[in-house]
Amino acid sequence: MFDDLRDLYQEVILDHGRRPRHGSRLAAYDASAKGDNPMCGDRVQVFVRHDEGGRIAEAGFEARGCAISVASADLMAETVAGRTDDEVRELAGRFRDMARTGEAAGEDAAIERLRPLAGVHEYPSRVKCATLPWHALLAALDGKGEASSE
Amino acid sequence: MNVTTRPALLDIAAIRDEFPILRQTIRGKQLVYLDSAASAQKPRAVIAAMVQAMESQYANVHRGLHWMSERTTDAYEGTRDAVARLLNARDRREIVFTRNSTEAINLVAHSFGRSVLRPGQAVLISAMEHHSNLVPWQMLRDAHDIELRVAPVTGAGELDMAGLETLLTDGRVGLVAITHMSNVLGTCTPAERIAALAHAHGARVLFDGSQAIVHRRIDVQALDADFYVFTGHKLYGPTGIGVLWARHELLEAMPPFLGGGDMISSVTWERSTWAEVPHKFEAGTPAIIEAIGLSAAIGFVESIGYDAIAAHEARLTDHALARLSAIEGVHVLGRAQDRGGVVSFTLDRAHAHDVATLLDRQGIAVRAGHHCAEPLMRRFGVDSTARASFGVYTTHEEIDALADTLARVREFFA
Repeated sequence: MFDDLRDLYQEVILDHGRRPRHGSRLAAYDASAKGDNPMCGDRVQVFVRHDEGGRIAEAGFEARGCAISVASADLMAETVAGRTDDEVRELAGRFRDMARTGEAAGEDAAIERLRPLAGVHEYPSRVKCATLPWHALLAALDGKGEASSE
Repeated sequence: MNVTTRPALLDIAAIRDEFPILRQTIRGKQLVYLDSAASAQKPRAVIAAMVQAMESQYANVHRGLHWMSERTTDAYEGTRDAVARLLNARDRREIVFTRNSTEAINLVAHSFGRSVLRPGQAVLISAMEHHSNLVPWQMLRDAHDIELRVAPVTGAGELDMAGLETLLTDGRVGLVAITHMSNVLGTCTPAERIAALAHAHGARVLFDGSQAIVHRRIDVQALDADFYVFTGHKLYGPTGIGVLWARHELLEAMPPFLGGGDMISSVTWERSTWAEVPHKFEAGTPAIIEAIGLSAAIGFVESIGYDAIAAHEARLTDHALARLSAIEGVHVLGRAQDRGGVVSFTLDRAHAHDVATLLDRQGIAVRAGHHCAEPLMRRFGVDSTARASFGVYTTHEEIDALADTLARVREFFA
């Protein structure tokens, strides 16, 4: 019945939406921000810990939201580990373009890992579900406490 | 026409023929529109009345001395008569046009709240209010030193009447403002009892009838209400037109809400005097075409009759509750005895947004989210729900389609 929805709800999304690997508050973190989608009530808080060289050692999150937003937060936490803030900002820009258009620049491992979320571009009301965790992450890196998907 | 004696039977096929949009297909699937509580679809009569007004007689109201303006003024003021009859108001001057229920409540919060209520008094709402009957009172509280009290809701989703009375006993409540039917739980509140309690403790009472007026006959005199608000677009009418009904003496005692044209008697540099009620509350060119559309919507509802509408929707709601409750993992919020055609539910292991997206792919339109009632969501320990809501055009088959599809949604997320 829902065959045409498999582009949106790929197995990797259902899996990470159901069993996120990074879905908890970090014991120690140096940056954090909340993201809020006032339209639907989705909320996420992202936690980041940097290593001494300034790279992200670990990212985690607490979320209340749909399968898309939780899976997106989880894949985000996975892909940003080991990267600098500037690398994360660049990746976030490409992810946002992909969520909106379905197309992503580059074929590096990070964007390929996020590519299952590209299907969201066909569902305009759900694009913000995928991008909300990234808004929160960028707010955390920029030292802002809160981000909105608006 | 005496609508109350009509038999409680609906020719649903004929009614659906009146709604052109219901023939629409969504991605090849027949549209199943179960989001009428957000906004109802429009019958041909409403569409035609608005088009006809624009094509044949349109001009501004209350101004022109020419034929077109006179005809349009007659039609616009005719809606005031239609609304007065619909609500059984004593006097047509008790009908004030607003943009929607939200604006009507803001009008009361501003004009009654800041002038008739005194600092130190309280406004009492309930825990199942739409944000439109909550936020204006928070703004009044913060600007004018008015306390805001919240009457509790029981686990069944009914108003806790003992709790409500307790909050009235110190006599400081000046206004009780409560929904007549919850947009989330479908619960209808006992308006006559609420009004009697409020009056016994010296308070005025406002009912938010945005949902209730779609499903049942409203008699503001029988309810002994002081204010009653509703919006046109949920009653099969256009957007942009809503109604505040208030007792004439209250409107007389209240200062204007917005200033401008059409609401004045005379204007000099030094001062202005206000037009008579209700015009002093209708500043600026009103929603003329929309008011004409509302009149047609009221005619449509009255031609079917509230008895038939209520009976149809009660059968639909019973059917929906039975079908949804039979699906493992589906939980319906609230189980009020007296309820209308709104059913909110959650599905284990699936977020409401995901449920709504899957239903949408089958052409089934429901709402998902907090339904502009975040505090109520917290009361029931959920972040969001999916909501199916019914109109006069909803069929048993559409509810079956919802239930059958939900069973498949459950398997998808299992």
